[in-house]
Amino acid sequence: MILLQVIVSGLLIGAVYALFSSGLTLIWGMMNVVNFAHGDFVMLGMYVAFFAFTLLGIGPVLSVPLAAIVLGLLGAVTYFALIKHVMRGPMLAQILSTFGLALLLRYGAFWAFSANFVTLPDTLVGGTLVFGGLRIEAARLLAGLVALLLTLGMHLMLTRTALGSRLLAVSEDRSAAMLVGIRPDPMQALAWAMAGASTGIAGALIAMFFYISPTVGEGLTLIAFVTVSLGGFGSVPGALLAGLLIGVVQALSAFWIGAVYQDAVIYALFLLVLWIRPQGLLGRA
Amino acid sequence: MKRTLLTGLVVIVALAIVPLLVVDVFYQRVAALVLLGAISASAWNLVGGYAGQVSVGHAMFFGAGAYASLLVYTQLGWPPVAGMPLGIGASLVLATVIGMPTFRLHGHYFSMATIAAAELVRILVSNWPLLGAAVGLMGPAVPRSTADLQFNDPRIYYWIFLTVLSALLLLTSIMQHSRMGYYLRAINGSERAARSLGVPVRRFKLYALLLSASFTSIAGSLYSLMVGFADPDSVLGVLISVKMVIMTALGGAGTLFGPLIGAAILIPLEEGTNAAFGGSGTGITYVVYGAVVMLIARFLPGGLSDLLRKRRSRAA
Repeated sequence: MILLQVIVSGLLIGAVYALFSSGLTLIWGMMNVVNFAHGDFVMLGMYVAFFAFTLLGIGPVLSVPLAAIVLGLLGAVTYFALIKHVMRGPMLAQILSTFGLALLLRYGAFWAFSANFVTLPDTLVGGTLVFGGLRIEAARLLAGLVALLLTLGMHLMLTRTALGSRLLAVSEDRSAAMLVGIRPDPMQALAWAMAGASTGIAGALIAMFFYISPTVGEGLTLIAFVTVSLGGFGSVPGALLAGLLIGVVQALSAFWIGAVYQDAVIYALFLLVLWIRPQGLLGRA
Repeated sequence: MKRTLLTGLVVIVALAIVPLLVVDVFYQRVAALVLLGAISASAWNLVGGYAGQVSVGHAMFFGAGAYASLLVYTQLGWPPVAGMPLGIGASLVLATVIGMPTFRLHGHYFSMATIAAAELVRILVSNWPLLGAAVGLMGPAVPRSTADLQFNDPRIYYWIFLTVLSALLLLTSIMQHSRMGYYLRAINGSERAARSLGVPVRRFKLYALLLSASFTSIAGSLYSLMVGFADPDSVLGVLISVKMVIMTALGGAGTLFGPLIGAAILIPLEEGTNAAFGGSGTGITYVVYGAVVMLIARFLPGGLSDLLRKRRSRAA
């Protein structure tokens, strides 16, 4: 029974991982650019939710969309100001650009918000639901379900709508897309905006029950990388599957080996995946 | 080659004189730290600049060197410098174990793998009682003999570091003009093209990494000599790796003196901001770093060396 409890909580957080990783996989599949600042975007989403509550008294119903908008804008701005120009350039420049952004955001947050952990009150989305022998915090359940729905929604949007087709076209073959009249620039910007929005939403959701501090970005970036690698670059369903898997692995590791090692297991898994199957579970080789 | 040697000689002599002109102990210490940074960055440059394999996990080699030195002191009572070969050995093992599978990856994947590997090492060390777990290891509080290499005068460390840096730069220069140098530049330009020309790509990437890891480890050992203390955050943190990358990129990756230039700018900047802003400004140094890095990436990917070269060719 306890094992089931651990797995369920792993799945719930895994859904959130899937959400912000699906944004990253979209960018990566499309432009072959990695956002080393991805986790820090999520961190900012958390702070948006925090300040929305402390300054404006807004709860998650409004702070989640707010975070989506703020981070979506940040994503688009990052694309136009930075990514667009370094995309075709030397690898070192590409890596450094988003790495520099990560440093800027992380330590800007340190400076602006201090290193202290903050939390949102339990009463915001309160209570624990009991299903049979399982106890699930309402906040985590909400986060997991919303994340799951949105990730599926993103997948549907990409595969069933005209706009989604255009995004996927640029992702699959930029030149071919241009030949059929799709301008890659706005599509790429849109991808970055969507990725930003997904991080904002994820951050606002987990802010309900996580500690909020400027340092969370580092670990979350790596989790996003692992999820995207495991799921396959450019594949949103892959990111979903991988996210859930990672969440469960993390929870089980914490339970069996100890919480301090839960990330170590993920990183080891990452190296293993890169070694054995670099294209991931559902990715294109 | 001759011109590089001459320039190098001038630079080294100039650097050797610096401590005699600087009177304040604080600035002497900063100068020593600059050279230490230059050693780490130049070591990174071997694999990241010349071979173009952007590793963001070099902290694991730095930490290996730092911990190895302090480990032989705490466990065996030896002078810390005797731990240097142990650190190099550990780094070579790490480099091989991690380099072999990850060199199959290109670009971003390789960078991410190195971050993950370094973080893995950091977490394991943080929980290993032999290495002091989260508290870390300390070196000799009072020197027992000269072999302990504990000096009150930072200038002695400065000159030791200068000797090591000179050796490293000489080695880099020789490598640059050797077959290995051509292979690495080819790999940097295009792996596929290099492979089609018969360059043993995997092997030489590994060689570059092994060389780079060894010298980074030496830098770590030197650090533990001067600072006398190592813990997971100060020697294995991702910031250590990032600083090496930034210093090299600022000065010019793949150039001989680029890392030194980068270190000479960034380390005084860091010490200066830390001193000026104190505790409340803890974030500011890295905010500046982040901004600098973004600007370089966006406007001057070749670093400052590129700027100097463009000036020179425009004048010619």
